[in-house]
Amino acid sequence: MADNSTPRIIGFLCKWCSYAGADLAGVSRLKMPASMIPIRFMCSSRVDPLFVLKVFLGGADGVLIAGCHPGDCHYQTGNYYTRRRFALTQKIFEELGLETNRIRLSWISASEGQRFVNVITEFTENLKKIGTNPVKEEIFL
Amino acid sequence: MKSFKILKAPDEALKEILLSLFELNKIKGVFALSRINSDNYGYALITDKTLIRDIAPTIPLMPANAAKSISRLTMVESLKSPIAVVLRPCELRALFELVKLEQARLDNMIFISFTCGGVFPTRIMKDGLHDKLEKYWENIKTGENLEDLRESCRICEHFVPDNADIILNLVGENNISHETTVLLKSEKGEKLLTDKINKFVEIDLESEKLRSCINKRTEVKSKIYGAFETEKFGVDGLTRFFGRCINCHACSKACPVCYCKLCFFESAENEYNPSTLETMLNNRGALRLPVDTIFYHLGRLIHVGITCVGCGMCSDACPTDIPVSRIFSKAGERVQQLFEYVPGRNIDEKIPIATFQDTELTEVEH
Repeated sequence: MADNSTPRIIGFLCKWCSYAGADLAGVSRLKMPASMIPIRFMCSSRVDPLFVLKVFLGGADGVLIAGCHPGDCHYQTGNYYTRRRFALTQKIFEELGLETNRIRLSWISASEGQRFVNVITEFTENLKKIGTNPVKEEIFL
Repeated sequence: MKSFKILKAPDEALKEILLSLFELNKIKGVFALSRINSDNYGYALITDKTLIRDIAPTIPLMPANAAKSISRLTMVESLKSPIAVVLRPCELRALFELVKLEQARLDNMIFISFTCGGVFPTRIMKDGLHDKLEKYWENIKTGENLEDLRESCRICEHFVPDNADIILNLVGENNISHETTVLLKSEKGEKLLTDKINKFVEIDLESEKLRSCINKRTEVKSKIYGAFETEKFGVDGLTRFFGRCINCHACSKACPVCYCKLCFFESAENEYNPSTLETMLNNRGALRLPVDTIFYHLGRLIHVGITCVGCGMCSDACPTDIPVSRIFSKAGERVQQLFEYVPGRNIDEKIPIATFQDTELTEVEH
């Protein structure tokens, strides 16, 4: 169990780039906050906005969707769809007064172990500033 | 566009057109709102031409969204013989969205629609609709908004059916009780009726009254949206707004563009066994049952918001009177603006989340 001072991030990582990037960060022994729980997907476009909602309403402080850089998708175009869907989800969050800075889309390639560390560190710092997800206080959700 | 007048009230005029199309063998059936018995109306597909006497397409009711019914008829294959489909503008737009989603086919269909003055909540059938009708038709003449119409109709700015083949103009017509203007919008519509009618007048479907009616509705819309501060909601506001939800899923059943055969929210994935519930209980110290009503509504909003035509069926279906369509129309409009998309405007336009551009939206990446 992580203590309450560390925000909890659920990371939806694409198998081909971002998960490999996370792996590289690991084998390179780079240091980063232990705040993210990774879930591996075959492609970032497999991430249904429902998954984001589910973990957000379940009390995750942050949700990260990470995939290959545009143009580098293993399936050619998957991440372009991800981007549109993410923009849509963000718009709905904004419209309903939910905190849009709790969800994040980042492109991290398999060779960018350092970038992976930077993304996690930065996201964790931001979430620390915002505080814990108010969803947790909502008992009768 | 070409137009002509029939010296009858809209429903009767339409019956005359349909009967003549039947006689010319140009249609084999009619799909329209029909009178079932004294106070009840429902959609019907009619192939016996003597039964055309029972249709009542302009009666201000929408007991089901026609798009969903048409989708049921044409999901697997196209209609084999030509049929005239009489529906409201929002139903036509919803049908176009369903075609894009490969849930319906348009072959062999002739679309007849009208400038729509809105509908009453379906519940009105229970209290008797007929004493309301006189006032309704009076208001249509002036384009004035009636208070007890569906909220989604009072704020609707898309009540001119741009994609229909034949349009009856109702809004702003002074002699509506005994004179109907018929406009032939498409080439298909023109071809159908040119044998029958020999005298046409060229007119535009643009009038002072239509414009002022749009303005009036925009005014009501900004008033309702202005008082409905969703951007201040947060989870707390959402639990208040959807607080009465009994998780019956009627809104999704009534929604024309919520089309999945096996809905995630009704699948085994979304069934909670006691041990899951126990975990949820342990996390929060209390458990509201049925669980995940907010998840359901937000999930549906994200799934169908982009294609929401604002027909208001969801609010109408809600047994606990949650104004579901208010939140769907408002948030839906926002995401539609993001992609400059109007659902049902153009059949060749792709649904934004089913297409992309290489260089766009870089502001959402971090």
